[in-house]
Amino acid sequence: MLHTVNKSPFEKTTFDSCLNHARPGDAILLIEDGVYAAVKGTAVAERVAALNGDLSIYALGPDLSARGIKDTSLIERISVVDYGGFVDLVAEHDVSQAWL
Amino acid sequence: MSAEENGAGAEDQKKFLYVNRRAPYGTIYALESLEVVLIGAAFDQDVSLAFFDDGVFQIIKGQDTAGIGMKNFSPTYRALGDYEVTKLYVEKESLEERGLTADDLMEITYEDEDDDWAEKSSVQLVSRAELSEIMAAQDVILSF
Repeated sequence: MLHTVNKSPFEKTTFDSCLNHARPGDAILLIEDGVYAAVKGTAVAERVAALNGDLSIYALGPDLSARGIKDTSLIERISVVDYGGFVDLVAEHDVSQAWL
Repeated sequence: MSAEENGAGAEDQKKFLYVNRRAPYGTIYALESLEVVLIGAAFDQDVSLAFFDDGVFQIIKGQDTAGIGMKNFSPTYRALGDYEVTKLYVEKESLEERGLTADDLMEITYEDEDDDWAEKSSVQLVSRAELSEIMAAQDVILSF
């Protein structure tokens, strides 16, 4: 299953809800303001770093760039994808859940 | 030219604070705030801006929106000094919670007419407690 999160983890509980419901083998794609959850050294980064290794976490590159977030600022387990990668993730998973 | 010379006397001036608490591109709040600040700058008031919570993301350097098809309005903050908007308060705690420091912020400056047009930073880091005091001292607070 693919989860997308588009809200800032500092402003909404959306990202936390997603983490609470994600299952091993799932993928989480951070988009729009959701990409702020991908940055290391923040108040939410510890939660991301401590997640089950079976969970794949991605962030959308164009949304990172728009917000001035460099690849070097990302938590290590985060993979950056472009729009093509977004499409691939949707195609690879039977179900997508958009956490709004 | 000072605000007094410009028309509005000190007795007509009110203290306006624009409160910015949202990240820049996920919603329209940040851009709307900036536009209202620029419009309001024509009215010779005592204007300041506060950036806290996700609002601190608005003035992060290195924003590049080419990939998301939206206007990068971050350079406009650097023009605020030309509109005599020279007080940008940024809350330290909000930066820290987001893994940010003052070095991550854009350089936003103004030329101080009372000091031989010396170039000075418009950004002032303040604590949460100091920001509370600043808010309490306003005549008008506009929230975005």
